[in-house]
Amino acid sequence: MTNLLEIRDLRIDAQTDGRWTGIVKGVDLVLKRGEVLGLIGESGAGKSTVGLAAMGYVKPGCRISGGSVRFDGQELVGASQGLLRGLRGRRIAYVAQSSAAAFNPAWRLIDQYCEGPVRHGVMTRAQARTEAVDLFRDLRLPEPERIGLRYPHQVSGGQLQRAMTAMALACHPDLIIFDEPTTALDVTTQIEVLAAIRDVVRQHHAAAIYITHDLAVVAQMADRIKVLLKGEEVEEAPTAEMLAAPQEDYTRSLWAVRSFRPSPRTEPAPPAPILRVQNVTGGYGGHMVLQNISFEVPRGRTVAVVGESGSGKSTTARAIMGLLPLKAGKVVFDGAVLTDEGNQRQRDLHRRMQMIHQMADVALNPRHRIREVIGRPLEFFLGLKGEARDRRIRELLEQIELDPDRFFDRLPGELSGGQKQRVCIARALAAGPEFIICDEVTSALDQLVAEGILRLLDRLQRELGLSYLFITHDLATVRSIADDVVVMQGGRVVEQGPKDEMFTPPHHPYTDRLLSSVPEMDPTWLTRLLAAREAGAKG
Amino acid sequence: MSLSFSKLRAAPLSARVGIALILLYASVAILAPLLAPFGEAEIVGAKYLPWQAPHWLGTDALGRDVLSRLIYGARNTVGIALVTTILAFLLGTSAGLMAATRGGWFDTLSSRVVDVLMAVPSLIFALLILTITGTSVVALVLVIAVLDSTRVFRLSRAVAQGVLTMDYIEVARMRGEGLGWIIRREILPNVSAPLIAEFGLRFCFVFLFISALSFLGLGLQPPTADWGSMVRESAKLIAFANFSSWQAATFGLAPLLPAGAIAALTVGVNLVVDWVLHLSSGLKD
Repeated sequence: MTNLLEIRDLRIDAQTDGRWTGIVKGVDLVLKRGEVLGLIGESGAGKSTVGLAAMGYVKPGCRISGGSVRFDGQELVGASQGLLRGLRGRRIAYVAQSSAAAFNPAWRLIDQYCEGPVRHGVMTRAQARTEAVDLFRDLRLPEPERIGLRYPHQVSGGQLQRAMTAMALACHPDLIIFDEPTTALDVTTQIEVLAAIRDVVRQHHAAAIYITHDLAVVAQMADRIKVLLKGEEVEEAPTAEMLAAPQEDYTRSLWAVRSFRPSPRTEPAPPAPILRVQNVTGGYGGHMVLQNISFEVPRGRTVAVVGESGSGKSTTARAIMGLLPLKAGKVVFDGAVLTDEGNQRQRDLHRRMQMIHQMADVALNPRHRIREVIGRPLEFFLGLKGEARDRRIRELLEQIELDPDRFFDRLPGELSGGQKQRVCIARALAAGPEFIICDEVTSALDQLVAEGILRLLDRLQRELGLSYLFITHDLATVRSIADDVVVMQGGRVVEQGPKDEMFTPPHHPYTDRLLSSVPEMDPTWLTRLLAAREAGAKG
Repeated sequence: MSLSFSKLRAAPLSARVGIALILLYASVAILAPLLAPFGEAEIVGAKYLPWQAPHWLGTDALGRDVLSRLIYGARNTVGIALVTTILAFLLGTSAGLMAATRGGWFDTLSSRVVDVLMAVPSLIFALLILTITGTSVVALVLVIAVLDSTRVFRLSRAVAQGVLTMDYIEVARMRGEGLGWIIRREILPNVSAPLIAEFGLRFCFVFLFISALSFLGLGLQPPTADWGSMVRESAKLIAFANFSSWQAATFGLAPLLPAGAIAALTVGVNLVVDWVLHLSSGLKD
């Protein structure tokens, strides 16, 4: 059987400051019909670039400088735009990471679905519509007959991602490229999307390249796994083999990330908690997002708040920080009741409670240099000026493991995602806080970088005696750093307690669902889980 | 936004042309009494003299030297337009950013006032007010500044609202920063690009607006030289000009001189604005 896709010695350059530098340095890739290849690596490994090159496409500012990409015998490097246009969408399809950004918000889903098949002349609009309903049903979308009539903002993120997969399948392509299709989804939604994608790809007997940084996910989806690092191949092997016995050190380090565990606590927590949330109810307008929430954060400990999107985790953080008016209940910080109007609080309270946001990109003013970002709280809360301030900024930069000489005068745009998040941490530390809320601080980062941030937070906690409220949907993170866990669903606390108790049965049914949805490295995990759930639903 | 010399040296040709034009106009405006061969309102000879020494661009209907009047016109027209635009921006930007950041009653009130001002066509509105107040320079500047600040208000408010949804604003608010800091340090640097672009355009519009008012007789009053009224005074000459010989044709070109002066400055300002925008957007070519 001939290869459907053959990439030989592919080299791609990107232009930075007028110079061309290699971002893909000689990658080989072979894919047969009906095969799924997992492409993994940290950010900047060139995964997406290779994925796009399989369609004969490079991003603006990049060029293919060598090698060949042969799809079904046709050379795509240097092929005419007409040939490529005929292939793209028709025989090679692409599913992007952020479906919310990839859909046109002004069109109904069904119209966007039909565009491909109709324009490529594969079928008429009526045929496409009929087929769409079947595909929507296969992908387990609710109300398959009617969901196509909705606009993108009227369906959930997980549904949109499946609609996008349907769109990719519309022309019955031979090859589909999935670029991190579930990274932006929370665990419970991810399961549904993964299962749907896997089944549909098999049914259509299509080949696929599955790009992700999540090993456990790729283990469920791929027949073979290829590991990339900085544009070069590290190793490639069938999934089971790769998971059981990775050959290279780098691959093993990827595997090890999930096992980060801080050393256990030696001394018991002091009796008085630093933060008590008591029967808090609140929300936006008339809608009460939080319903009677109560929990405590012991001094010097980490409490994780988990739950899927929409469960009220971030709203809880806003309520604690005084950004959300409370309808009932109170927040007690170190014995003092906090008023719910942020601007009425004393400066000292602002200083002692800090928050680190999920998206470091938008949490840093793009026009402020690092010295201003970190210097402002020093000036504002502690009145440091001139030389004393600069010295403290340097100390803080060292504390977050960034070289002060290199980073002192940079703008946020010149930093990587992990570095930005470190600067956000330094900004929070600058105020000299006792309590920090970390709102999904690692979820926008890939695993190696995220682990670095977790280690840093853990070290800072030990050195400075900080207390954390850690908001996350990633249970692997919870497992590694939390002392206590609060599980939220639909604005209520469904279960809470020490971590060890929470991770040992019996659980609340919702906790159980969350826990079982965390992908495991075992390639048969998804199949087993779905079978178990189906049996459970029947029984 | 610091425009260092290195950036200036790296400026593209279009920007250099723009800068040269603006510098030329500025030096002409500042050095007008030294450069102009004759006085602004001085009657120096017969009317409608052709282009020859000592009147290089001829004389007008009253026998005043056209070259001298063009030079003085730079001072009056450009100076007043610049003051007016700066005033409009101070007013519009501060109110717009304030409205976006404070929200609530201040936002509602100021937005409705602006709506009312914008509902009336600005030329007609200006004519109305200037008829009442009389056409002093101060009245002219204030009326046009207020009318133009409504556009600046709308723009700065809309852009600031986008910036306000960013987490760094929330961080600043949680720190307890005052309104002044949030507007000046957090918002203003992030809205400067569209505001600079608007400044360039607005300057040209104000400039043309003053010329239009002068053309209608409600702008700068004679004998003050300004390009708008110079166009008006000489516009009718086009119809009478005799284009059979070069000497006679210059007579018909008279209205094109002040019009060309206006056009060249407009182009120059916008060339520079395009370049500054490119710099501040951080785009690499």
